[in-house]
Amino acid sequence: MKDFIIPDRDMGTPMSKSTTMVTLNIDGISVTVPSGTSVRRAAAEAGISVPKLCASDNLEAFGSCRLCVVQIDGMRGTPASCTTPVSEGMKVHTQTDEIAQIRKGVMELYISDHPLDCLTCAANGDCELQDMAGAVGLREVRYDAPKNHFARRSAVGPNPEWRPKDQSNPYFTFDPSKCIVCNRCVRACEEVQGTFALTIEGRGFDSRVSPGMGSDSFLSSDCVSCGACVQACPTATLIENTVIEIGTPERIVKTTCAYCGVGCSFDAHMRGEQIVRMVPSKDGKANHGHSCVKGRFAWGYTSHRDRILSPMIREKITDPWQEVSWDEALDFAATRLRKAQADHGKDLIGVITSSRCTNEETYLVQKLARAVFGNNNTDTCARVCHSPTGYGLGKAFGTSAGTHDFDSIDDTDLMLIIGCNPTDGHPVVGSRMRAQLRKGAGLIVLDPRRTDILDTAHMGESWHLPLRPGTNVAVVTSMAHVIVTEGLYDEAFIREMCDWDEFQIYMEFAADPRHAPEEVEKLSQVPAHLIREAARAYAAAPRASIFYGLGVTEHSQGSTTVMAIANLAMMTGNIGKPGTGVNPLRGQNNVQGSCDMGSFPHEYPGYRHVSDKATREMYERVWGVPLSEEPGLRIPNMFDGALHGSFRGLYCQGEDIVQSDPDTKHVTSALTAMDIVIVQDLFLNETANYAHVLLPGSSFLEKDGTFTNAERRINMVRRCMTPKNGFEDWEITQMLANRMGGNWNYQHPSEIMDEIALTTPSFAGVNYDLLDREGSVQWPCNEDAPLGTPVMHIDGFVRGKGKFLHTEYVATDERAGSRFPLLLTTGRILSQYNVGAQTRRTENVVFHPEDILEIHPSDAEVRGVREGDWVRISSRSGDTSLRAHITERVSPGVVYTTFHHPTTQANVVTTDNSDWATNCPEFKVTAVQVSPSNGPSEWQEEYSAHSELSRRILPAAAE
Amino acid sequence: MTRTSPAAEFDSESIERLDQIIASHLHREGPLLPILHDIQAEWGMVPDDAQPIIAKALNLTRAEVYGVVSFYHDFRDHPTGTHVLRLCRAESCISMGADDLADQVCRALGIGWHETTPDGRLTLEPVFCLGLCACGPSAEFDGKLVGRANLAKVTRFVQEARA
Repeated sequence: MKDFIIPDRDMGTPMSKSTTMVTLNIDGISVTVPSGTSVRRAAAEAGISVPKLCASDNLEAFGSCRLCVVQIDGMRGTPASCTTPVSEGMKVHTQTDEIAQIRKGVMELYISDHPLDCLTCAANGDCELQDMAGAVGLREVRYDAPKNHFARRSAVGPNPEWRPKDQSNPYFTFDPSKCIVCNRCVRACEEVQGTFALTIEGRGFDSRVSPGMGSDSFLSSDCVSCGACVQACPTATLIENTVIEIGTPERIVKTTCAYCGVGCSFDAHMRGEQIVRMVPSKDGKANHGHSCVKGRFAWGYTSHRDRILSPMIREKITDPWQEVSWDEALDFAATRLRKAQADHGKDLIGVITSSRCTNEETYLVQKLARAVFGNNNTDTCARVCHSPTGYGLGKAFGTSAGTHDFDSIDDTDLMLIIGCNPTDGHPVVGSRMRAQLRKGAGLIVLDPRRTDILDTAHMGESWHLPLRPGTNVAVVTSMAHVIVTEGLYDEAFIREMCDWDEFQIYMEFAADPRHAPEEVEKLSQVPAHLIREAARAYAAAPRASIFYGLGVTEHSQGSTTVMAIANLAMMTGNIGKPGTGVNPLRGQNNVQGSCDMGSFPHEYPGYRHVSDKATREMYERVWGVPLSEEPGLRIPNMFDGALHGSFRGLYCQGEDIVQSDPDTKHVTSALTAMDIVIVQDLFLNETANYAHVLLPGSSFLEKDGTFTNAERRINMVRRCMTPKNGFEDWEITQMLANRMGGNWNYQHPSEIMDEIALTTPSFAGVNYDLLDREGSVQWPCNEDAPLGTPVMHIDGFVRGKGKFLHTEYVATDERAGSRFPLLLTTGRILSQYNVGAQTRRTENVVFHPEDILEIHPSDAEVRGVREGDWVRISSRSGDTSLRAHITERVSPGVVYTTFHHPTTQANVVTTDNSDWATNCPEFKVTAVQVSPSNGPSEWQEEYSAHSELSRRILPAAAE
Repeated sequence: MTRTSPAAEFDSESIERLDQIIASHLHREGPLLPILHDIQAEWGMVPDDAQPIIAKALNLTRAEVYGVVSFYHDFRDHPTGTHVLRLCRAESCISMGADDLADQVCRALGIGWHETTPDGRLTLEPVFCLGLCACGPSAEFDGKLVGRANLAKVTRFVQEARA
């Protein structure tokens, strides 16, 4: 789009990765570019703008608009500069009389079929067609076209060529009357997003952009609302509804998306303190100018009327809320916390840090527990998602994070995806994976459910191993068995990077016949030949990478699976070089950061154990208070403690534990038993129903700070507008700390980051100046790696030698039996995020209005369940009701749902089973029964009655 | 975002036949066009419901298949009459009086381009070059070429077909 709005100049065609350089001469200027570069891009490198309409530097050259034609000495005619590659010694002329005439003629034809309503057009001032008309000096249009697409009526009646706007998508409008058929939207949907939802129908004058088939609208087509087409459109044909409503933005603030762990960089296009649109940044190192529906469009929750903007307190959770001043709320909170400590002991209160707030805010919340409360009772939502990653990778490699950056996907020959659904959960990574699959990379998916990535258009070979929930360890170990027994391991790598003798012992373990695919088939239901083929393909690929998600970690053997995955990567040498690695896809925007920042009860920032004397003394020196050497309580311990009276108070920032944690009834009774529950959040979330103090939080648009994404990338979050609640979240924590004697005096988040850098070796080199300059850096960032570390473990593992751990499969206690014959597994959907507190307050509900239970036709039939029926799903923990969708995506015996909607509360059903090492709950396996039902369950009705009761707000007393 | 069931309207027998057609071409390089030709031969048109099924089988999306189907005028999205008369509209035949012939035929049959006679027996289609330029104006009746076409010749074919 227009340069003054997006300063990153569009170079016209993608960058060439060649290392051979070519020198040519364009308009008398000598320019040297990599071989394979287009003449159009070379000219742009030399500072020369060649007019263009169909070209864009995130799309392959197409050569259809005929505006970028040039003359080249020794070549016939006027070739398109976007499709002509440079060659040594080439002499190019971009402005000659002949070219000027051609361009003017072409523009004249475009404009002859375009409505000239520029002044009232939503793209006015931001339209490439307008710009090009100016650039070529178009002054008149001589053609009076007998047929056109833009006029609604002609002199004789309605114009049959005119088509109405498609406003079916809630976020953007498609106005075919303004279309110049440059194909950019179609190509963006294919090349950038990989959905192939758009096409050009017909030909010649009848060519039109069509979503799906002729009968489809944007909403009914395969479109996933990523916004790539809207971004690509040079006119107002595809444009954001907010731009239509508001107008042209006047400034840009670069920031980071607050949804998933991909950490996309965004340009917030602002008018005053109002967001006009969010556009993915081309220079964003995680997303390279791409986005998904959540980050691009679903930010309306930040100004939703449900947002709580003044602090509230109440004596009992059955009382209505009372709006009060900040002073009163904070005093109330501080006094209650101190009283709980005075009455029952200092270790009886704690905090839950947020995986959605910034690193700086998280750091302060754990510091509050350690330095002000005087205990280590801090935990975070990673407990319920990726704590096994921390444990497993820590044991095997020595660090608790993904090994590679997302760019490494471009170099991989095969992807092994285990228990994650990237096209829904991490859509921008999903798109990059799809691009690589189209280039021929192989795909292995281990998942009980047939995920969308298996339906990637134009992909190469793929294997789906539809395993029974809970058998990850058996299947992954069985792949190791095949690699070991068939001699497919990388001996040189193991000898160099690991301990060969240790591997011998591991080999003996893995080679045991009980791990053979034929044995494992019996319990996992994955055909043995598929396990063998997958193992061989993984071992044979020159560069194979592993991506995994909560389908790995949220099991009773979550940590074991992580170790089994690490073993696979090490034994095949798939670590330490581009295109390989072990990469957990993290769920929330800053779940990596919240772990890095010392949110766990046993670890200081940088994963250093609280019993480590040197670290503790260092923090005692910096913070000026004595610190406890006893690890604190994990979230489940806090809940158990509350029920026994040994945990009395909780400060919970930006998490909705009632909805996100397993066994909801257990959580709510624990919260009910506490003396003081303080919730800091944008909304009256489900947890707030059990709180005594509500401190209104600020959204990511209203604060400065940093988020760390799944590739350890520290991204800047920048304040776009004044916090609607009055304070950024870190300020609120500081005010609470100071009321409890904290004596903190941070003026800006940059000072908190400086303290983090001072005290944490892996962050030693990080500061806001560096982040401003570089855009982002990946930790470790210190003296050894001043600009950060994209790929880890290159010359050896952080822990020294990579460790092969034995991974014995132990079946979960949660087994399908006669009472509960089905296995429930849970997951995510593209348009909703986590507990849905944000996305449910946006137009995304159009795409996913309720949680749905997926059930196999044979299981549905025996239960008399038809498509769309209400069904009751019950487990030994509880029951809930929702609608059924009958599909073969799930295997017989397996049912699947999401947990985005509090009215469903899927976690009422999940149990308190958890990972043996980290207590990460076993969300992914619950034995259930499904039966037809008439509507919401008794529990759902009780719960919604309580929600209503506890959400009453009394206005502040009149002064 | 919601994927509609691809075969909502197509009955199971048709789907079986469609699967056969697809399977017979899957081994080829570029199987889409031969599949579409066979489908049109089978049903006289390319039914909308067939497109998502072809897409799935060929690892394409339904938009892509639709893009191809809609590009070629010869692929129809609605059935034709029992017989199809095509008159060439390309330059060479125009210079030999194709315009006049077209007017006469339209008048005689009482229908326009792309239309079918009320009895459903005959559809009139334009075509751009039948590769028979030496014998223009040319026509094609049910796949059979007619050189030096005139109203009398064309009417004879039509009447024989109607008999």
